[in-house]
Amino acid sequence: MRVTQGTFSYLPDFTDDQIAAQLRYSLRNGWAIMVEHTDDPHPRNALWEMWAQPQFDLTEHDVDVAMADVRAAREALPNAYVKVVAYDRSLGRQTSKLSFIVSRPPEEPGFRLDRQEGPDRQVRYTLHSYATEQPPGERYR
Amino acid sequence: MHSNGRRDRWASGVTPYAEMGYFDADYEPKDSDILAAFRITPQPGVDPVEAAAAVAGESSTATWTVVWTDRLTPHEHYQAKAYRVDPVPGVEGQYLAYIAYDIDLFEEGSIANLTSSIIGNVFGFKALKALRLEDMRIPPHYVKTFQGPPHGIVMEREYLDKFGRPLLGATTKPKLGLSAKNYSRVVYEALRGGLDFTKDDENINSQPFMRWRDRYLYAMEAVQRASAATGEVKGHYMNVTAATMEDMYERAEFARDIGSVIVMVDLTVGYTALQSMSKWARRNGVLLHLHRAGHGTFTRQKTHGVSFRVLAKWCRMLGVDHIHAGTVVGKLEGDPNAVRGYYEVCRARHSEADPQLGLYFEQDWASLPGVMPVASGGIHAGQMHQLLHYLGEDAVLQFGGGTIGHPMGIAAGATANRVAVEAMIQARNEGRDYYAEGPDILAQAAKGCPQLDAALDVWKDITFEFESTDTPDVVVTPTLS
Repeated sequence: MRVTQGTFSYLPDFTDDQIAAQLRYSLRNGWAIMVEHTDDPHPRNALWEMWAQPQFDLTEHDVDVAMADVRAAREALPNAYVKVVAYDRSLGRQTSKLSFIVSRPPEEPGFRLDRQEGPDRQVRYTLHSYATEQPPGERYR
Repeated sequence: MHSNGRRDRWASGVTPYAEMGYFDADYEPKDSDILAAFRITPQPGVDPVEAAAAVAGESSTATWTVVWTDRLTPHEHYQAKAYRVDPVPGVEGQYLAYIAYDIDLFEEGSIANLTSSIIGNVFGFKALKALRLEDMRIPPHYVKTFQGPPHGIVMEREYLDKFGRPLLGATTKPKLGLSAKNYSRVVYEALRGGLDFTKDDENINSQPFMRWRDRYLYAMEAVQRASAATGEVKGHYMNVTAATMEDMYERAEFARDIGSVIVMVDLTVGYTALQSMSKWARRNGVLLHLHRAGHGTFTRQKTHGVSFRVLAKWCRMLGVDHIHAGTVVGKLEGDPNAVRGYYEVCRARHSEADPQLGLYFEQDWASLPGVMPVASGGIHAGQMHQLLHYLGEDAVLQFGGGTIGHPMGIAAGATANRVAVEAMIQARNEGRDYYAEGPDILAQAAKGCPQLDAALDVWKDITFEFESTDTPDVVVTPTLS
């Protein structure tokens, strides 16, 4: 399966030039750039690990700096999900403005849906990441 | 205008409203006043200033004759004041009356009370042929007595973990007659294909062919299956509209208990019920979608009723997370500028008056969260560049027929819409003139996506071009004195 979280998951994986174009757009808007990664892509996993401190002070001429973070994370974590988050601190927004996956594990086992049957035909659902059956560091291998 | 020989203000009998203090050309509205702009069409022979004063009077303290008991009150304070009357440019017999209301006239945090004054008796007033509430300025002093949307745009996006693009939805069709299991088939296919939300229609409540509880259970199976298939948060707007508040709470609580992230309610339940549901939704962490069922009966005609921009303001105050606000390009009424104005009302932190957009007043929302506008009705993937251009990124685009009617099936229809929106956002962010190049961008994306290719082909010539009945009047004309 393909985890389709993020702004562009239904398009073919972006080339580096396409990633750089999105970074340029984000920096031009004054957004901070964050690179995050995880080996547990559960949709409720809101806290992916931060690859580095957010880049708050880049301009649109510093796309290479942001791109270097992306490349470093991707190379160090070939079996993880890596995403770029562009963060807008402006008043009333104060949240992510763009968030897209830039690399993913070679195999994505996906999720199992567990059902706990209760009374009155009610079912309690739990989404189980197959990857988390292995301890952290040993997933997607 | 005031003749020297006018009657004593307190003489028993009937005195013109304008002479009773309901018109004051010199009045300067206070920052805390609630302001209203009415389009008035006086009966033949009725002076427009007197008509405006009558509207001010009948929507505040006045009755048809002088009453001495006014003198027990500081009546000047409580009287609404018409302070400006302009002829509508290019239209015979219509005027725009601006009226100021002191904030003390309204109960804190109650849209029911606000509307009972502003649109209470006055719309049936005989001296007017027609009356329309065009816009209101709600001062921060009054805005702050409301909590607004239970979650708002930012919290909704964080909750769903979806950023940078419009959200996508579809209304289950046919809207009436499906059994619960068949209904959930549509929900599952649309969500696993790429939509974020599916939706009950406004009139699907709990009919003999499908009771609400059965629908909720089957829909939740579909939502969870789609979530497992994609790794995304998915939702189905479960319509909790019912005959009584007790019934609505029962349905909403059940939806919450089985794990739904969102419920919906129809405008037909009334302002008080909406506000109760808003509080419930905040308390229970469930998004609240509002379907504006019935609004066209009073928002559509330009001379009589209430503009949708006013209704949208009320709904932002009473607090919903989604509101249907027009599509521009779809099958339902909506002049492009007027619709932009509605979206501004839903989302802006602060708006300047802008006659182009039909915004008569400056509006400061005092940090009240924004409402996600929903575009629904006759839209399809081939219009994605237009939809993004007119409606922007913080919106839900709902493709009902445009998903379910896809020649390759429902999931394919959903995928076509998702690929189209992502490709358009990518192109926009890359700096392309996506509005002009839209068809090319879609055609390019369709080369790698047979589902989009089929959608573009089947709906390529479908547009709904009719003249709008409700458009802003943009020419500014001098004040009548």
